[in-house]
Formats: sequence, structure tokens, C-alpha cells
Amino acid sequence: MTLFLHEIKRNRVSLIIWTLVITFMLAVCVFIYPEMEGQMNEMTDAFADMGSFTAAFGMDELNFGEFMGYFGIECGNVLGLGGALFASILGISALAKEEKDKTAEFLLTHPVSRINITFCKLMSVFAQIFILNLCVAVVTLLSVLAVGEEIDLKKMLLLFLAYFLLQIEIGGITFGISAFLRGGSLGVGLGIGLMMYFVNIISNLTDSLEFLKYITPFAYAEAGYIINNSAFEWKYMLVGGALLTVSLLLGFVKYNRKDIA
Amino acid sequence: MKAIDTELLTKYYGSKRGIADVSLSVDKGDFFGFIGPNGAGKSTTIRTLLGLISPTSGRASVLGNDIIKDKTKIAASVGYMPSESAFYNGMKVRDILAFCAKMRGLDCKGEAKKLCERLELDMSRRVNELSFGNRKKVSIVCALQHNPELYILDEPTSGLDPLMQREFFDILKERNQNGATVFLSSHVLSEVAKYCKSAAVIRDGGILVSDKVDSLGHTGVKRVSLRTSSALPKIAGIKDLKTENENTNFLYSGDIKALISELDRISFEDINITDPDLEEVFMHYYAKEDN
Repeated sequence: MTLFLHEIKRNRVSLIIWTLVITFMLAVCVFIYPEMEGQMNEMTDAFADMGSFTAAFGMDELNFGEFMGYFGIECGNVLGLGGALFASILGISALAKEEKDKTAEFLLTHPVSRINITFCKLMSVFAQIFILNLCVAVVTLLSVLAVGEEIDLKKMLLLFLAYFLLQIEIGGITFGISAFLRGGSLGVGLGIGLMMYFVNIISNLTDSLEFLKYITPFAYAEAGYIINNSAFEWKYMLVGGALLTVSLLLGFVKYNRKDIA
Repeated sequence: MKAIDTELLTKYYGSKRGIADVSLSVDKGDFFGFIGPNGAGKSTTIRTLLGLISPTSGRASVLGNDIIKDKTKIAASVGYMPSESAFYNGMKVRDILAFCAKMRGLDCKGEAKKLCERLELDMSRRVNELSFGNRKKVSIVCALQHNPELYILDEPTSGLDPLMQREFFDILKERNQNGATVFLSSHVLSEVAKYCKSAAVIRDGGILVSDKVDSLGHTGVKRVSLRTSSALPKIAGIKDLKTENENTNFLYSGDIKALISELDRISFEDINITDPDLEEVFMHYYAKEDN
């Protein structure tokens, strides 16, 4: 518990900034909707003519003229990409940063097992992702109430849950990778976050690349599918869960035996 | 039960040697100096004992606990001070010390305060604003505040001013008198000679000698200085011969009577035969033997 709190405290500034920025941007998206609503119908037509570009961002399945459709797209960009970057930075630095800053030697000579330390750090990563998503969800729902738009609460919550799970998966995978790294690692983390995002966009472009959807969590956080079906695409989610489990297992095993330089 | 007991402990980093076949035994209650030049394997040995790195082969125990299986138990009863003290930037000294104690499930506020006062360390400063020497003090308090049974200190005095070094050794001596074991690595020979009861010398990853400091001084070798204008006869057992003006100086090992009878054949104004000082003994182990 000491280490868990210590981790969250050390990361609080970054957590607050990311939470504020993402929450603020999503709230702005909600607040400007009434103004944009009129123009949206034209935009839907315009987007429909853009062919594969529309598909790439999953906009072919969404009706931009409705609030949920508009929100699905915005949410995907702001919370999806922003959250993924936040999660990958958190995950990748959790273990590797201690070695880079040479604090690992200090931390690991306390009577707490490495497994325990790794677990506390992982939990703090998950907790921070949870806090960010909770704030985003609450503020967004309040904003929606404030502008008085009609929403389907279940779909909305499923959407938030999907993005939360996406971030948990990315945070967990980068956490596992972080056990194998020694020094600077931020680039690796951001690279993985961005790669996942682009892999999904590419896999949306052509059917021949659809298998790529299995490796990126953005596949199950596709707003179009969730809003149209009020459900998750389980096959992608299960593979994601498996990837997450394997990364974490490898990370725990590696860190437990790692020589700390 | 030994405080530290290693048997043929070996650590290779890939193909690079860290330590090879280190067998070391430190009794409980000892004040043990671990000396050797940079890169000899002092830190590697210590970091292996603390479970930060795993040995390639060999075994070791600390206070009866195996270094691989019982890492947590070892950490609980040891106060460790790394050679480089790095802490979390932005944290205050007070918070670091409290974190350290909480990670041990202890409350060490009283002891921490006492130690900080003795070492003149300001607890309200942020660690990243501290000088190297002051960060070293934080490290000292972290290693000492929970009153461990065994102190493992990796070059603890580097960066401390002489006054602080003395205060630090005073504290260690008190702890040692109360039954704790002190194991410290150093390349400052004089401090080991001054404070330690036992010492071991490590070079190129292997232990050269390990003994009581008193016995290390009685090597049977004598330092002889002579004031003479005549040339020295050829005597077996003379090493490190230096002649400057009329002063001749050498190390002699062998039958002291044979030396006297040889010297009897020349005239000299003054002679001094002493045990070489400890520093000299250590130097002898340090220096690569040419033959």
C-alpha cells in the first residue's frame, strides 16, 4: 500500500494534467455540438463521399447527424488516442524509470519482494487509468445533461468502458515491456501507443488486413460497432485480454530475475 | 551463524567478469573492511549479497538467509548504503526517510531525527537540491534509522567531509559496540586500518587475503631504513629497495638475524627496523606483482 500510494503521489501532476486536458477537450466537443448540429447533416454527406478515409476512422458506420454518432468519433479521437498515449507513458515508465534514475537500487533493497513491488506498481498504473476515465465519464455525462442532448446511456457507458479497457490493455502491455528495458523508454511507450492506433486505421482500410485488428485494442473500441450493436466485439477483446495476460506474465517473470544495474 | 558467508561466489556479466570464486566469511559483531581498487568487484559482491543481481554460480548467505531464496528476510535485517545515492526527485529528505521506514513497516521518526541532527542534515530540503555529500547523508540515515543487525555499506565515506566521516564512524562504532555487524567497502586504506577489526582485499574479482587487521600487519615483513654511505651488500629477501642520497629503504622478509649479520659488514650511522604500516601491507596486495 505504501508503494502504491507513493507511485500515485509521484505521478499526480502528470495524472492531473492528462485528466484535465482530456476531460476539457471532450467537454468542449459536447458543448459545441448544438452549434454544429445544423452543419452535421451536410458533413455526413461529405464524409460519405470520402470513401476509404471515412472507413479508416470508422465513420462509415456512424451517423454524424446524431449526437451519439458525433460523440463516438470525437471520443475515439480524444479519449482513445489521448488515453492510449497516457496509458503507454505510464506503463512504460513504471519499472524502467527506476533503473534509469538509479532509484531501483534504493527501492529494491527494502524488505518487499520484487513480485510485490511489481504488483503495486501495476496496480498504481491501473488505478491512475481508472481515475482518469472516471473523471472523463462523469464530466462528459454532466456536460451532456447541460446541453440537453438525447443519449443512450447504455451505449455511452459501453463506449467509456471500451476505452477504459483499451487503456488498461495498452498500459499493461507497455508495463510488461518495461520490465525488459533499462534506460530511456518513453519513445518505446509512445511508439507502441501510436502504432496500435494506426494499425487499427490501416486494418479499417482494406479487408485483407483485417487480421491486424486482433493485435490492436482500438479494434474493440470501435465506436461504430458499439453504438450500432450496443455490444462489444468479443473476439477482439478476448485476444486483447490474452495479449495483456501474456505481457504481464513475461514482465513479472523477467523483473523477478532481472539484474539491477 | 555468520553475518556473511559466501562460497565460491561468481558473477559474470555476459563474458565479462564481475567476481570469480569469492569465498568470504564475516563473523557476527565484526567491523569488516572490504578493500580493493576500482573495478575489483567490491560492488558486485555487495549487490549480489543483497539480491540486486543473481550469482552465476556459488552460494552465499547473509545472517543465515540464502541470498536467492530469502532476499526479503535479508533486506529486513540489513541496512544498505549504495555507493551512488539516488532518490526520487522532488521528495523532501523527511519524506524519503518516512517512505523508507514505511516500506519496512516501521516508524523510525525518532531515530531519523537523531541521526539527521548528528549528521547536520536538513530534513526539510528536497533531495535533488542537495550536494553529493548531503545526499550521501540521506543514504546513511536510510541505512541506519531502523537499527539493523548488519550494515552493508558500499564506499560510505566518499564525498563526506573529514568531520562528517569521523561522526559517521563514531555512530558505526557505537552500533558495533551494541552488537551490530558492520561490513564496509572502501578504497581508503587508512580508514580501514583505523576502524576495522578485520579486512579482506579483493583484486581482479578474487579475494587475495582475509584476516584480522592486527594479523594482516604482522606479515613477517620488516621495513628497514638505513643511513649509510656504503653500498648495500647483496642480501636475499630484499624488496622494494630505494636509495636516496644516504638514505636506503627496503622491505625485508626472511631471517632477521641473517639480515643483521649481513648489515654488520657495512658501516651505517642509523638504522630503523619496523613493521610496515597497514597501508603499506594493503598497497602490497593492491599493486600488481611484477614477477
